[in-house]
Amino acid sequence: MSDTLAIARRQILAPVGLDDGHLERLVGALHSPAIDAADIYFQSSRLQSWVLEDGIIRDGNFNIEQGAGLRAIAGEKTGFAYSDELQFPALAQAAEAARAIAGGGGEGSVRTATSPAAARLYQPLNPIDSLVDADKVALLHRVDTEARRADPRVTQVVASLVAVQDTILVIGDDGRMSADVRPLIRLSVSVVVEDDGRREQASSGGGARRDLSYFLEDDRALDFAREAVRQALVSLEAGPAPAGTMTVVLGAGWPGVLLHEAVGHGLEGDFNRKGTSAFAGRMGERVAAPGVTVVDDGTLPERRGSLSVDDEGTPTSCTTLIEDGMLAGYMQDRLNARLMGMAATGNGRRESYAHLPMPRMTNTYMLPGDKDPAEIIASVDKGLYAVNFGGGQVDITSGKFTFSASEAYLIENGKLGRPVKGATLVGNGPDVLTRVSMIGNDLKLDDGVGTCGKDGQSVPVGVGQPTLRVDGLTVGGTAG
Amino acid sequence: MPNLATADTAERLATLEQTIEDLLQEAKRHGASAAEAVVSNTTGLEIAVRLGEVETVEHTRDHGLGISVYFGHRKGSASTSDLSPDAVRDAVRQACSIASHTQEDRCAGLAPAELMATDVPDLDLSHPWDIPVDAAVALAITCEDAARAADPRIVNSEGASFGTTTALSVYGNSHGFVGGYPSSRHELSCAVVGKDGDSMQRDFWWTTARAPEDLESAESVGRRAAERTVARLNARRLGTCEVPVLFRADVAMGLLRSFAGAISGGNLYRRTSFLLDKLGAQIFPDFVRIYEQPHRLRGLGSAPFDGDGVATVAKDLVTDGVLQSWLLDHYSACRMGLTTTGNAGGARNLSIGLGSDDRDAMLRRLDRGLLVTSLMGQGVKMITGDYSRGAAGFWVENGEIQYPVEEITIAGNLADMFRGLVAVGNDYDFASSMTTGSWLIERMTVAGE
Repeated sequence: MSDTLAIARRQILAPVGLDDGHLERLVGALHSPAIDAADIYFQSSRLQSWVLEDGIIRDGNFNIEQGAGLRAIAGEKTGFAYSDELQFPALAQAAEAARAIAGGGGEGSVRTATSPAAARLYQPLNPIDSLVDADKVALLHRVDTEARRADPRVTQVVASLVAVQDTILVIGDDGRMSADVRPLIRLSVSVVVEDDGRREQASSGGGARRDLSYFLEDDRALDFAREAVRQALVSLEAGPAPAGTMTVVLGAGWPGVLLHEAVGHGLEGDFNRKGTSAFAGRMGERVAAPGVTVVDDGTLPERRGSLSVDDEGTPTSCTTLIEDGMLAGYMQDRLNARLMGMAATGNGRRESYAHLPMPRMTNTYMLPGDKDPAEIIASVDKGLYAVNFGGGQVDITSGKFTFSASEAYLIENGKLGRPVKGATLVGNGPDVLTRVSMIGNDLKLDDGVGTCGKDGQSVPVGVGQPTLRVDGLTVGGTAG
Repeated sequence: MPNLATADTAERLATLEQTIEDLLQEAKRHGASAAEAVVSNTTGLEIAVRLGEVETVEHTRDHGLGISVYFGHRKGSASTSDLSPDAVRDAVRQACSIASHTQEDRCAGLAPAELMATDVPDLDLSHPWDIPVDAAVALAITCEDAARAADPRIVNSEGASFGTTTALSVYGNSHGFVGGYPSSRHELSCAVVGKDGDSMQRDFWWTTARAPEDLESAESVGRRAAERTVARLNARRLGTCEVPVLFRADVAMGLLRSFAGAISGGNLYRRTSFLLDKLGAQIFPDFVRIYEQPHRLRGLGSAPFDGDGVATVAKDLVTDGVLQSWLLDHYSACRMGLTTTGNAGGARNLSIGLGSDDRDAMLRRLDRGLLVTSLMGQGVKMITGDYSRGAAGFWVENGEIQYPVEEITIAGNLADMFRGLVAVGNDYDFASSMTTGSWLIERMTVAGE
């Protein structure tokens, strides 16, 4: 932890001449007897991206962002101001604006101190420097070549590579400082296939909190290319999806977006404190079938959704949301935890210094059961097997959610049948997991491409699940 | 009357223009054969209240700079939130470094010099609102109070929000074009929660405008949020069926947006649109006209020039149901062997010709079917037009609303839905960069119980 603090000081504070004396005065300026909590969030991020299209590296971008967000909380009230100028006078002005929420005060000074070490879940490296630019470009060319080699019907390949180093420094009102240096990489491939006048598109990709050599290991990048082509070719063969309520078998891994939408958002602390979630006041009640255990785990090494400390400096944890079918826990940031008399769970996240933190998911997944996935499919007379999904959405208050299948097959008499076109699935969050009748032994996490949006703020997240049989999900196809 | 930029605004515009000049000079010094840049700064205030109390007060202030450099037909880009001279030099250096690894792309470059906007008309987009925090809080509370008082079934609230921003943005390129203008935007919204027995529902309403006096009143916004919420209580499900579907005007905006996406350059040259090769073809019934008015005074989508510096022009996209124009920026136009339509950044103030039926008349036309008032999920596939989304709304019989419905999907194909458009209402009743009434679609598959 101390070396991440050293990196944060060097990257963020030193260039603008901020020392501990300045920080102590700023925290002091945010503080007053009427203030329950306050913090300053410094951020410095570097992003580099490359795009290949039509076989050539068409564009690249380098982005530099830095700034600080200053927050003062009194009861349920939050005053917030931020600045993309890090010089002391600009920050002092922001502190004054943020503190105005509570009026008065603001003369004191708070002694800074270092927070106890949190687990290191990823190396504090800069992935942009982990490969020379020529090799990044060459990697995208290999992806393009592989996709075109995989099938002659591939007519278009777009591949992109993004590397980010995000360095943050949080100073709480008790003067405690936490820092984190967060690498994040992502590779995406999108292909168009054409056959006999029919066109389809599919995409694949992956990412991690790693250096870029991750994509070279085990030909991972080429696997993404082949996977995008495979999915697009399946779509070429797909017929209309069925319409109506039926038994649905969800594949392992990315289909865990079901959990993210159906229960995850509804168990974020803010909606429950306000009583606007369909899950509000249901702690300890049955919300899923026996055997269903769902966790939000920010501590998985090198995963896209993981954080050593959250954006309020709280170490992340593995929070059990549903235990053996019973509602067991909420995800909390500091504000909502304090107001609900609960502990912060390390789920306080924000898109950037220019946004306020709120309770957000990290990696949300269901623990495995004991069923062989083949046995689960064989158990279904007539239904749908959905293995790949696009995004989803939920209405927190009514509990209704949707998620869109991008690859699905009919199941007839226990056997996989023809592929069907993508269809949206809808259900009711508080009861969909009570309809889980079989849980596979094949827990898988997604490949690291998930992004979650809430109140206009995007953050990277992960999902996962074993193969699941759900008795009664509504499938939005066009065939009777 | 278009208002004149204040002396202060003129001074700040000049500062940003100087930054653009510095960026372009620096790019030239690095050997770039062409360059373009955009710089902006935005300030604002955002207030959230809930249950009659302030929840958050946010003071926002953002700077932004983006540059693209061209070495012949090789491109590199960089962006930053730091406008200091050092950061400007660093951004140019980074963009040039990127360009040393990108490849020859015959279409990479600036739009032709002769297409640059020759004047920057004042579109009356800037009406800053220097509202004190207390007054903004009071306005939001008035809005939320109106919602909470509207119906006893409104038992909880997500709160009301007020936001105001003013922005200055300048674009320039090495043809010598430089243009900038101030703009403002104010918003008020409210979301409340209703309860009746076990049924709990949330809905919202909003208003947004360039000028404060064009906003819907706080009371009206609150009242409409409450009406929409209460109407959803005790929703039922539907059986799977094929019926006509009426998209309420605010939801029909999504269909107009999908149409704009399908005729946008990026989806055309990549061959990922279901409307490929449809220029000049009948894609809607005869009565449909869809048009763009980028110079509408105080328009939420108005802009005098596009993201390439090309003058924006009013035009029909669909006349008598026939597709008349694509939406192209310079790059996609070049890829297609065409000329830009001045749409770098998309369509601006898109409208569909309104019909003569009001809301009730549209319900009578629907007769028996589904009125959709809310859509969820991303189930629109641009390459095929396949459409499948989660929905909520009302079941209609004999031209009258019977009961609210939820946890259903509607599915079809956008090409069929466009051809099957029966009528567009005149029930346009909100402020947006898009203008549309409700859309009655002949037939879609509804999936439910």
